Order: sequence, then C-alpha cells, then structure tokens
Amino acid sequence: MMLDASEGYTTDDGRKIGGVVMEMKNITLRFGGVVAIKDISFDIRQGEIRAIIGPNGAGKSSMLNVISGFYNPQDGEVWYQGAKRPPMKPFQVAQQGIARTFQNIALFEGMTVLDNVMTGRIRQMNAGLLSQALWKGKAENEEIKNREVVEKVIDFLEIQAIRKTPVGRLPYGLKKRVELARALAAEPSILLLDEPMAGMNVEEKEDMSRFILDVNDEFGTTIALIEHDMGVVMDLSDRVVVMDYGKKIGDGTPDEVRNNQAVIDAYLGVAHD
Amino acid sequence: MFYREAGDFKTSYSEDNQTFPIKFDRWRYYFVLVVAFAVVPFLINDYWVNAVFLPFLIYSIAAIGLNILVGYCGQVSLGTGGFMAVGAYACYKLMTSFPDVNIFFHVLVSGGITALVCVAFGLPSLRIKGFYLAVATLAAQFFLVWLFNKVAWFYNYSASGQINAPERTVFGVPVTGAQTEPWAAYMFCLVFLVISAVIARNLTRGMQGRKWMAIRDMDIAAEIIGVNPLKAKLSAFAVSGFFVGISGALFFAVYLGAVEVGEVFGISKSFIVLFMVIIGGLGSIFGSFAGAAFLVLLPVLLKNVLVGTLGWPTDIAAHLEFMVIGALIVTFLIAEPHGLAQLWRVAKEKLRLWPFPH
Amino acid sequence: MPEQVIFGMEVFLNGLMAGVLYALVALGFVLIYKASGIFNYAQGVMALFAALTLVGIMEGQVPFSHLINAALGTDLHHFGWHVPAFLAILLTMVVMVALSWVVNTIIFRHLVNQDAIILFMATIGLAYFLEGFGDIMWGSEIKKLDVGLPQGINGLIDETTFKIFDYGFFIDNLDIVATIVAALLVGALVAFAQYSKQGRAMRAVADDHQAALSVGISLNFIWVMVWSLAGFVALVAGIMWGTKSGVQFSLSLIALKALPVLMLGGFTSIPGAIVGGLIIGVGEKLFEFIMSSQAIAGELFGFTLSATENWFAYVLALIFLVFRPQGLFGEKIIERV
Repeated sequence: MMLDASEGYTTDDGRKIGGVVMEMKNITLRFGGVVAIKDISFDIRQGEIRAIIGPNGAGKSSMLNVISGFYNPQDGEVWYQGAKRPPMKPFQVAQQGIARTFQNIALFEGMTVLDNVMTGRIRQMNAGLLSQALWKGKAENEEIKNREVVEKVIDFLEIQAIRKTPVGRLPYGLKKRVELARALAAEPSILLLDEPMAGMNVEEKEDMSRFILDVNDEFGTTIALIEHDMGVVMDLSDRVVVMDYGKKIGDGTPDEVRNNQAVIDAYLGVAHD
Repeated sequence: MFYREAGDFKTSYSEDNQTFPIKFDRWRYYFVLVVAFAVVPFLINDYWVNAVFLPFLIYSIAAIGLNILVGYCGQVSLGTGGFMAVGAYACYKLMTSFPDVNIFFHVLVSGGITALVCVAFGLPSLRIKGFYLAVATLAAQFFLVWLFNKVAWFYNYSASGQINAPERTVFGVPVTGAQTEPWAAYMFCLVFLVISAVIARNLTRGMQGRKWMAIRDMDIAAEIIGVNPLKAKLSAFAVSGFFVGISGALFFAVYLGAVEVGEVFGISKSFIVLFMVIIGGLGSIFGSFAGAAFLVLLPVLLKNVLVGTLGWPTDIAAHLEFMVIGALIVTFLIAEPHGLAQLWRVAKEKLRLWPFPH
Repeated sequence: MPEQVIFGMEVFLNGLMAGVLYALVALGFVLIYKASGIFNYAQGVMALFAALTLVGIMEGQVPFSHLINAALGTDLHHFGWHVPAFLAILLTMVVMVALSWVVNTIIFRHLVNQDAIILFMATIGLAYFLEGFGDIMWGSEIKKLDVGLPQGINGLIDETTFKIFDYGFFIDNLDIVATIVAALLVGALVAFAQYSKQGRAMRAVADDHQAALSVGISLNFIWVMVWSLAGFVALVAGIMWGTKSGVQFSLSLIALKALPVLMLGGFTSIPGAIVGGLIIGVGEKLFEFIMSSQAIAGELFGFTLSATENWFAYVLALIFLVFRPQGLFGEKIIERV
C-alpha cells in the first residue's frame, strides 16, 4: 500500500491529522544471525500519536533505535520529511529534529534539572567556542533566549521546584518527567517515547498520559511511543502498529487492532480446545 | 545569618546565570581579587613566592585544564606531564626564535600549540574509553618526554640538553631570567590564572560545558540527543591542552628558569596534577584551586614540621609525603568523590540555613 | 648469513624472554581485573614491595628502623640473623596475603559498584601509599637480592650458536630461569582459573557479583584470594627483576611495561596477556635494535633513534587499539541504550 503524503484523516475526537512525516520501508535489522526486525513498513503522520506495541522481544525498542539512528538497518529505507534518509550518526538524526526518551532513564546524573533540559536545546544553540569562552555576544544572547523556551517547558511539566536540583537526587517518576522535558525542549518534529510509563503506579501513569496528550494537543507534536500497558495504549494512540517476533502483525486504529485475530493470538495465545 | 539567598531576587535570566548568584559570594570574590592583585605583591618575599605562590598559581592553571578534561568531559588523561612539556618547549623555542615579541604572547601561543598536540593524542578517545584511554594517554607522556630528550632541535642543541629561559620583560619589568623580582613573577602568573579561570568558568556554565558533562555522564545518550561526540571530546582536549600548555610554559619560563624534561615533566607530574583534581573536586573550577593549594602546601607543611621542627631526615619526610598523598586520594575517593569542593558546598548549604536549620 | 640478521636473532630471543616476564606481570593485572573489575595500577609497586620485604626478611632488617631511629633517637638496623631464601619467600608470601586482606578490607570493600575509572584512580593512590610505606619500612637504598638463582652468560647456548653462526649469542642464565618460571606460573594460573573450584568461583564472580553471591560464593574470600594471587605473581616478578638489576624504585616501573601488554591483549583475556607480552617484548627489542643500528636505520632512513623502548610499546598499543578497541582477545563491546 503506497501512502499519499498529502492525504490526511480526522480522529474521533476531531483532531486533524496531516500528511506522512516519516515512513519506514521494508526495514530489516539483524544482529549477527538474529533477525530483530523483519521487513517492516509503516508510517507516522503529522500530529498523530502512533504506538508500537508487541510482546517482549518483539523488536519494538530496536525499531525505535532505528528511527533515532542508533542502529542502522541492513535493509530498507527510512524516509523523513519527504526525503530518503542516508545512514546517519545518532547526533545527526537528533539535529534533524527527532528527540526521544529512554526505557531506562538516560539523564545526565551529574547535572541539575535545568542543565539537563537545556541540553535539549543543542540544535538551536551554536555559538562558537570563543564567544562562549568570553560569555559575550551570541553565546550570552543564546543562553537567555533558550532559557526562556526551557522555562516554558519546565512550567508545562510542573517541575519548577526542582530546577536547580541535581538529577541524581530525584525519585524515579520525576526523572521520567525531566527526561520528557529534555526531549520537549528540543521542539522536535517527532517525539519518540520508549515505554514512558514503565515502572509507574496508576496515578503516575495517569499524570504521564495527561502530559503526553497535552503535548500533542498544545504543541501539535507528532509522537511515536512504545508501551506495554494495553489500556494506556488504546486510550492514547490514534494508530497502532503491532509487532511479534520482529514481524508486523497488525496496523490500524486501536479498535481495528483490538479485533485483529493475529494480534489476539499473539497476546493471548491460540486457544487449544 | 549573613549568608542568605532569601531577599536576593533575580529579575532576569542573565542575573540567574552569573558565576556567583549569591551576593555574599560575589563580594568575597571581589575581595579575593583585590587582595591578590593589590595586597599580596607588597607582602611577599622570595621564599613565599618560590615555595608557595608560584607553584600554587601555575598548578592551579594545570589543574583547571585537567579538570575540564577529566572532571567535566570524563576523559581521564595521564599525559599531563608530557603536555606541560610541550608548553614549556614551545615557549622556549618561541622565546629564542622571536626575542622581540612580548613573552605574554609566547605563553599564549604555547598554549595553542599544546592544544593542537593534545587534540592529536585525543583522537583515539573516539574509539577507546575509560582506562583504556587513560593508559593510551601514557603513550603521549612517554613519547613526548622522549622526543624532547632525544631531538636536539628542541633544546637548541645545547650541550647539557637543558633549556634555559632567557630574560624577557613585560612593560620593562623582567618576568623571566635571574633579574626577576618575586612580585613580578607572581603578578605575571596571577594574570594568566585569572584569565584561565574566567574562561574555564564561562565555558563550563554554558552550552559547551553541558555537552562535555553530557558526554561524561552518559556518552551514548548524549549522542542520541544531538551531541557530536567527536567535537565535544576534541574540544575538551583542546581547551584542556591550552591551559596545561600555558601552565607548562610558566612552569619553565617563570618558575624554574631551567628544565631537564625527564626530571621536571615526568609521569609523576601527570599524577600530581590528577591528584589535585581528585582531591579538589572533579568537575569544579574552585576545586582545582583547592586541590592545587592543598598539594602545594602539604609538602611544605610536612617538611617544616618533620624536618624543621622534629629534625627528622628529609628522605623520611619525603616517604611520609607519598604515604599521606596516597592515603588522601583513597580516602577522598571513598568518602567524598567530589573532593574539597563538595565539602565546601556542603558547608555553604549548612551556612545558608544557620542558625535555624529546620 | 649477514651479521645483522644473526644479531637480530639474538635480539629476538632476548625479546621473547623479556616478553614472558611482561606476560607474567600482565597476568597479575588480568586476574584482579577479571574477578573484581579493578584495574590495579599498584601491581608494579606490589612487586617492589614484595622484593623489598623479601630482602628485608633475608637480611634480618628491623622494619621501620629509620622512622623509629628518627623518632626515638635509637640506632636500630638489623636483628643480626639471616633467614634462608626459601623460608624468607614463604614469610614474604604471608606478608603479601596480609596486605591483600588489608587492601580489600580498608579500600575496595568500600568502593564496590563504583565506576571502573574511580577504582583505577584508587589503585594509583594505593601505589603512592605503598611506595612510601615500603621505603619507610625497609629503607630506600638500592639493595642486592640473591636467592640463589644462576646468573651470567649461558655457556651452552654461547658455544652452540658459535658453532653454527660463528657468533655466540649472549643469553643470561637468569633470563632463562625467569622464562621457565614465568611459563610454568602462567600455565599453573591458567589451569587454576579453568579447573579448580576456586578458579571457577573466581570466574563466576567476574561474570556477575550478585549471581555469584546468590549461589553461596563469598565475594570477600574470592577478592582476597585474587589479590593474594596477584601478590604472589608480584613476588615472583620482584624476585626476577630484583635479582637482575637490584631492588630499587625502578622495579615498580615494570607495571608501566605491562599496561600496553594489556591494551594489546585485552584486559580480560589470559591468552591475550601472554601473546601481548610476547609481541611487545619482541617488538620493542627488535625496534630498538633496528632503529639504533647505524647499519640498518642509518642506511635506510638516514638517522638513528635510541631509547625507543620508553614509548614503543605504548604507541604500538595505541595504534592497535584505534583499529580494534577491545584488544586482541578482548570480548566484543556491544553498546545499548
């Protein structure tokens, strides 16, 4: 099925979803003899919340790593904003405006919350070494201008009180939020969330879900996320890709996926009677 | 009581970004600067300058340089001695080749040359990490010392194999050579230290510092959020090399006056500067000062007490010094990995709340 | 055969024997690293300390005599007895085991789960401490060590090679003994690590501390054992080196020789340490021979270099690592997020 980039759709709650931002075409990823991803294609559209689900070891995280450039697939093409993306280093992918969070929080533990979130602005800050050494001109202006953006994100995620706290001292739930703040500060065109609700209790999950919906709603950010909690996924996402053993077994709206026989088999096992 | 941030409101982000956000700290900083520039030069004599002040100032610059590499960027280097030697020999060659140029620029350019050499030896850091890299930097240490020892061009074919600093002046006042007044040598080094510290502070509080620290804390994550590891690591090597080179140049030209490379810039120099950074505090500019002061004063103190007061032989004092330094390193790593700077921070935090800690 | 080639063969043999000693010292590193993740920079100083202790015990020196004399104004030097070499070696081993226990209890038990680089820096601190401690305990003057190992030129090799090449190779008896002892020790250590119960426990600890604990292996015991083993290796290396060039500070620098061996061979690999040691031993001797010889380097490049042993091993290892970061036999590094 070829998708027309200009074509869009409207969700049940009336949000308008745009054209294709990113398209994965026949991606295959191998580690030695192990095939982690086998010939998978799907797309991510402007403004939607796209979920990738599947049982353990299905290759979801590998897929996210392919999108963020950490792994380069052996076969297949990644199309981003209408152009084929050549093999890139992860930092180049980030420079193109793809930000992410990590399954096992990857914050910079020795830095304060503020500095961590500020690192999200790398793409927008490029004063030279000399200007930074003197703290004059471009460097100083950049610091102040970008600080304003960062402060908005900090307000939005309600972490003002811990601004100057070293990240190492924070509890798990807050760390997850700081990580989201860092990714948001980048003002990404696609935000990748790797199990944003792993290890959280119900209340924290509700908070995080609210933040994700708000981000999508207020900034119109395109979000691709991996999640285990089926309830959360079905409530949050507009379209869902289902993976099992490195293969795609389903793709569509939550309702379509819920009724897909292959998906039911993968999750519940095939009935033997 | 006096040490408060309450009531010290910030109305702009630039105020919040400054080096000393607390008023009291700011005043203390100005006070220290005034004392260092306007009071100390009138009080010091030859002994104080040579035993305490010059080594302190110069080692502080080296420690700031190494701290940027190890403490901020997380790339452990054991080649500091070799890089200081590059600064020293570059300065010597410049001084003798361009006698008309002011020595101030010689020292700066020596720093630049050292930065280039440091970057060359930092290239492997892209492929190798942790103590593999630490051991790899030993290659720089041994190779550079050997080079300056064996290639006669570097010491202008002098018979002794030593390099000797000719007399050079700044504003007509000699700062190198035998005619140098203690205060002039002190002021010359002090200027470089202040410049180094300000630059280091500016770099580390801005985006460059964040990139370095991101690489230090988690290099893979740093790369995924957009830090170019090549640029970040090599810039740390370059900036670090610049400061270390300056300190090497000053160590040779102003402090010692004559240098035999194997003796002065051997591997023990690398370790001493590393120890200053560990004891002072990894990732702290203030810590670089504290560590340098500590390790400069410790031998002076031990010598004065053991040899001067108790009358013990000097070699026992020297051995005890080794034991004390070794024990201190281990103690700091176990009890306070962030060094003296952290102790200072904790003290300040207590002071902020004093006398009502709850 | 041109004489340069014959000289080169002699250099090659000497390099091979030096390489076995490097391998031995490197093995001390590998053992500790595998079992505890500590890269022990103090290994060389441990060898110096062991040799100092051995001499001290054999000569019946009073420990800390300088310090006591300075503090109390006494004039102590020797107990006045001599201890036979074998007994002295045993006693030194007891001291090294005690040292291992102390080092573990006081330092490394408090640094469990720290970054490898922090542990590394702690061992540099330990090296400084031990160096001062050894000197204060036994005095810092150069000492002669003689435990009855044969020394001097090996007549048999000299004669045989003279018959074949018209040039007698100079091979020191001590080097031959050292090579044999080191080879035996390397073999014994490999066998120990592979087949004994403790060796298996050691490898288990290396793989996973938690898992090893949960099947009832005492971490402390394993660590003390490994440090003692490393102490034993240090003692052997100290005896060989001390006999050759006297017991003095420079002995501790053999650790610096072993570091590039490890980089080449990989920190976790026992065969890597052996092969790396041989490559570096032979490589640096041959390189020095070629570069310092007027007849070879002088002809080829128009200049000669001397004292290249100081850096050759490091630069070789550095270049090598850039192309293969995990070393010859190291485990492949897989990065994940």
